[in-house]
Amino acid sequence: MTGKNSKLNEKEVKHVAKLARLNLTSQEVKKFQEQLSEVLDYIEVLKEVKTEKVEPTSQVTSLENVFREDRSQPSLGQKETLSGTKETYKGFFKIKRILDND
Amino acid sequence: MGLTELSISQIKEGLKEKKFSSLEVVKASLGKIEKTNPKINALLTICEKEALEQAVKADQEIEAIDKKPLLGIPIAVKDIFCTKGIRTTAASKVLENYVPVYDATAVKKLKEAGAIIIGKTNLDAWAHGSSGENSDFGLTKNPWNENYVPGGSSSGSAAAMAAQMAFGALGTDTGGSIRQPASFCGVLGLKPTYGRISRYGVIAMASSLDTVGCFGKEIADLALLLQIMAGRDKYDATSLNQPVPNYQQNLNKKKENLKIGLPKEYFSQGLDKKVEKKIKEAINTLEKQGAEIFEVSLPHTSYALAVYYIIQPSEVSSNLARYDGLRYGFDRTFFNEEAKRRIMLGTYALSAGYYEAYYLKAMKVRTLIKKDFDKVFKKVDLLLTPVSPTLPFKIGEKTTNPLEMYLSDIYTVTANLAGIPALSVPAGLVDKLPVGFQLLGPQLSEELIFQVAHQFEQITKLPKIN
Repeated sequence: MTGKNSKLNEKEVKHVAKLARLNLTSQEVKKFQEQLSEVLDYIEVLKEVKTEKVEPTSQVTSLENVFREDRSQPSLGQKETLSGTKETYKGFFKIKRILDND
Repeated sequence: MGLTELSISQIKEGLKEKKFSSLEVVKASLGKIEKTNPKINALLTICEKEALEQAVKADQEIEAIDKKPLLGIPIAVKDIFCTKGIRTTAASKVLENYVPVYDATAVKKLKEAGAIIIGKTNLDAWAHGSSGENSDFGLTKNPWNENYVPGGSSSGSAAAMAAQMAFGALGTDTGGSIRQPASFCGVLGLKPTYGRISRYGVIAMASSLDTVGCFGKEIADLALLLQIMAGRDKYDATSLNQPVPNYQQNLNKKKENLKIGLPKEYFSQGLDKKVEKKIKEAINTLEKQGAEIFEVSLPHTSYALAVYYIIQPSEVSSNLARYDGLRYGFDRTFFNEEAKRRIMLGTYALSAGYYEAYYLKAMKVRTLIKKDFDKVFKKVDLLLTPVSPTLPFKIGEKTTNPLEMYLSDIYTVTANLAGIPALSVPAGLVDKLPVGFQLLGPQLSEELIFQVAHQFEQITKLPKIN
């Protein structure tokens, strides 16, 4: 874990924003750098806890491998599925290009 | 006594005996909404036309009330539950224009039981917050005193209940989002066992913690709402395939030698003295009713909030990754500051090089917190704690310091980490503001929690706004 002396710098904040697809203003970068560092400092307290022999808990239901039969079932129609989008093309979602031309 | 003051049980009786009609009940609710909502902003959408139509229909089939236990009764739904044909925003500008094409399972079950959706309630956007101030559509005010926050994130549901706009309300609780506003608004708020009610159709915040629950005026009403909504749902793989007890029928049962534990970590530094005094009064009441009281310890309590503020934002960052504005809603530039803050924190905690130090570490400490509860529930049947370390705070008091706001959840996050049920019960008023205590039990102990709270409500009635 990072300590007070290595709390988030501006570059890291920008990198994380890029990973999360968020456009931050330079003011937001400064603000988050400070606020997130404060929260990370608070989280440091977990360092005190010995966890070498402890299993992680990712869920609390003790359910395991909930399966269903792989059979097609009635689902939403095309019209309903597309009802929330502004741009469609021949019954499909229209989205921005994600690959370059060449 | 006005219609809106009545409980669900009382309304049902009146409808059955034809003392009044569902149309009158719905109109009474709408009247309260019209008068109070412009002041407190508890509802984002008011379903006036649909509700009136459904009331007329309900009155026509009122003989079916035994088969449809909520027939003709107005219920408010947190605007994070998908409602078919009714705009669902999560109080975020990202979803300002989103109209779902299906109902959340909890909503579907309520509708099948005859409930009338009177409106969609305000919340901290995406359920991120502890004060109701973080809504993109204006904050909710506490109906007890409009200078104070109603708590959050289910701010509108709790406020709507206190202001008598509905007879029951739906909420979600990820770290205290039902219990804390219930405490601040002087109503009952139940966070059931994780998986007891399906999460299908609920806009996801942190999937391993999110729990659907409800608000009510008396325990019998909560018991009925839980009865209707609980159970396995094929659309939610984490919903529990466990029998649903008849909560209502068993309310009057009294457990012999009931043992209630007071975890000493919840009564330590940081707890407001006046809140503590009120909670001690509630403990005395339960003791007089025959409960044995023990001091117990949950040694990892002081780490719970740190664990929560790793796991929760991590899961938030993953769940909010889907909002790209392509299939519905607007793009990511519409996220407000708090959503961005949590996405950033979560993305950081999960990113290469940090995952083990943060997320994995938090999941391990989560195991220790859960084990603390397992151990203590071998000694006592239930635990009693404060809900919030402070009284309702003033609007604007904590908005500039996120960490201070996060600390409001200190007594509530543990139940979510352990997946156990917890109920917020009004203990009375301090400085004319409501204070609640919390009853916690092992997983699937809702029945016992209801029984004990039901005993308590015989003595200490819900506070009412004059």
